[in-house]
Amino acid sequence: MLGLLASIFDGVLIGAVYGLAAMGITLIWGVMDVVNLTHGAMIVAGMFAAYLLSGAAGIPIYATLPIVLVGSFLVGVALYWISVHRVIGQPPLMSLLSTFSVNLVLIGLGTAVWGTDLFNVPASLPGFSVGRYTFPGTHLMAAALTAAIAGLLYLFLYRTRIGKAVRAVAGNREAAELVGIPTAQVLALAFGLGVALASVAGMLIATMFPFTVLSGDAYQLKSFVVTVLGGLGNPTGALVAGVALGLLEGITTPFVPVSWTLVIEFVLFVVVMIVLPGGLMQLLQRRRR
Amino acid sequence: MKKILLAAALGVFAAMPAFADNTITIGMTVSKTGPLNVDSVSQLRGSELWRDEVNAAGGIKVGNKHYKVRFVEYDDQSVGGRVQQLYTRLILQDKAQFLFGPYSSGLVATAAVISEQYGKIMLIGGGAEGKTYTLGNKYLFQCITRAGEYLSGAIAELKEHNPHAKIAFVYSDDPFSKAVIAAARAHAKEAGFTEVLDESYPPSTTDFTAVINKVISSGADTFFGGGHYADGATLARQLHDQKAGMKWVSILVAPDSEKFKTLGAAADGITVPSQWEPQVKYKADFGPSVEQFTAEYVLKYKDLPDYHAASGYVVGLILQHAIEQAHSIDQEKVTAALNKTDAHTFFGQVKFATDPGHHGLQVAHQMVLAQWQMKDGKLVKQMVWPDAARTASVVYPLP
Repeated sequence: MLGLLASIFDGVLIGAVYGLAAMGITLIWGVMDVVNLTHGAMIVAGMFAAYLLSGAAGIPIYATLPIVLVGSFLVGVALYWISVHRVIGQPPLMSLLSTFSVNLVLIGLGTAVWGTDLFNVPASLPGFSVGRYTFPGTHLMAAALTAAIAGLLYLFLYRTRIGKAVRAVAGNREAAELVGIPTAQVLALAFGLGVALASVAGMLIATMFPFTVLSGDAYQLKSFVVTVLGGLGNPTGALVAGVALGLLEGITTPFVPVSWTLVIEFVLFVVVMIVLPGGLMQLLQRRRR
Repeated sequence: MKKILLAAALGVFAAMPAFADNTITIGMTVSKTGPLNVDSVSQLRGSELWRDEVNAAGGIKVGNKHYKVRFVEYDDQSVGGRVQQLYTRLILQDKAQFLFGPYSSGLVATAAVISEQYGKIMLIGGGAEGKTYTLGNKYLFQCITRAGEYLSGAIAELKEHNPHAKIAFVYSDDPFSKAVIAAARAHAKEAGFTEVLDESYPPSTTDFTAVINKVISSGADTFFGGGHYADGATLARQLHDQKAGMKWVSILVAPDSEKFKTLGAAADGITVPSQWEPQVKYKADFGPSVEQFTAEYVLKYKDLPDYHAASGYVVGLILQHAIEQAHSIDQEKVTAALNKTDAHTFFGQVKFATDPGHHGLQVAHQMVLAQWQMKDGKLVKQMVWPDAARTASVVYPLP
């Protein structure tokens, strides 16, 4: 029983970080209808930024978070103008190809510089133990920082003028333009935010697990699953869905072979797509009514 | 005037070395991109070192002739579909006379289908799974220890310290890891150990928290598993972070990399089976000694060789030896010479099974077991098994 509870608690902690990564994709998708296939590369960029800043530059690992946040936001804005701006409003395949191309360039560059060697950020924080089960401090800190960032994002989107502008453009771009909102700049800001969320998620993941240049693929896939589960364009939904996915992994692993966990996740994914096309948040919104 | 020019041209052409006649073309694919990049490129480096040394010495001696070695290699992107296309191209368009296999059991299995279809000798330095050699082949030659023997040394050494070990097997769901663990489970049972957990995970798994809680719940005191790179390192780190309480941990592949020591305390005490290490004490019948190979590799690449580089070199060395013994580059004669090979090299003993049911399977080469240990405050990789290769006693239980 204790083992099950430990797995559930751990699952929630890790799931929160999955949710943070997914918030990056869902924000971009919701605001500008672009599926950002550089998402995995941006997660890896966050991992390497954490590694280089804490290693070469000697900055304490958790102090790298604001640097990664701001730096990746600026990179995201630049990426928007380079590869996304011209394909806004074009058929979806154009933005898929555009972001996929950038992804290939980034991963190719990364492989050329670092190969597919292993990297590890030696982060360590005191955790706590219950019986034979230990909850590492790095997992607790990652979940706490995720909650803080999610809270800040919520405040930004719902309590600031710029956040309102982002929501307006997401709702109806043409109407937003008619009332004088500079939509191109807002889209660039939203893309930058999405990339920043992905990179910060990468930085937090690097505090928990070793990684390589190719580590982004698995997290990108999880992010897509979480995004759809949570409801497209809904950052709160992404966080909730991430936690739910982590919870699912925690509940199922003690009882079934590990190799079945992915199968169960994707069966749930298909069921949710059929029954709740708007994602888990649709269920919560129905209940409120 | 025209006749003089023609005679001069003929004279020049006659004096030129006949490149096509005095060159052996060896074809291969290398995973220059994709997840197998690191180990595959290491294997290529070993092969290129061999090629450059052979050519500097004048080439491979075949009777009265000397043949220079030429490689034709393509990037298979770590993908089986590309391996299939590229080995066909190597044989039909590039006219490769011999082949070196790609890196990893999965890609080797794919390449073997093509090489056997066209009757081309292929030497394997990077595919340990034994099943490929049980499908009926004539021209495959595995130069490294097969997967089934990977953990024999770990089990033998563990028995000295904990004859009643309770083992959790947690491994990647890929052909190589499954073959290694299937054999290890059988050896463990024979050794009298108790298996308390047997779990395979998808190769794309990034978080093992719940799996390790399962290991803790099982009451295991010994852990065998892993797969390749990132997963093996993540398992080691999480076993440490979650204080899983293992007394012995053997993880495949990942801990063999020098980068593994960046895990710090999580790496301390982890054992890894290895095909070869620079500290081994093998005596060579031909080719370089262990010290010579290591020194030449360091000179060329400014880095210590790992076992992938060593196996990349030895496939060339064994082929060269077989051609010289056969006094020919004819496929059938070289095959016969390879079948008779029973050689001691810097890499260890190399001998191939010749019965049709297992042709080409490596039957002589043995693994060594390495363990990361603290020495003067730094993590170093020590050889702890077998006795002939030992540089330090094993540390048990895990620090």
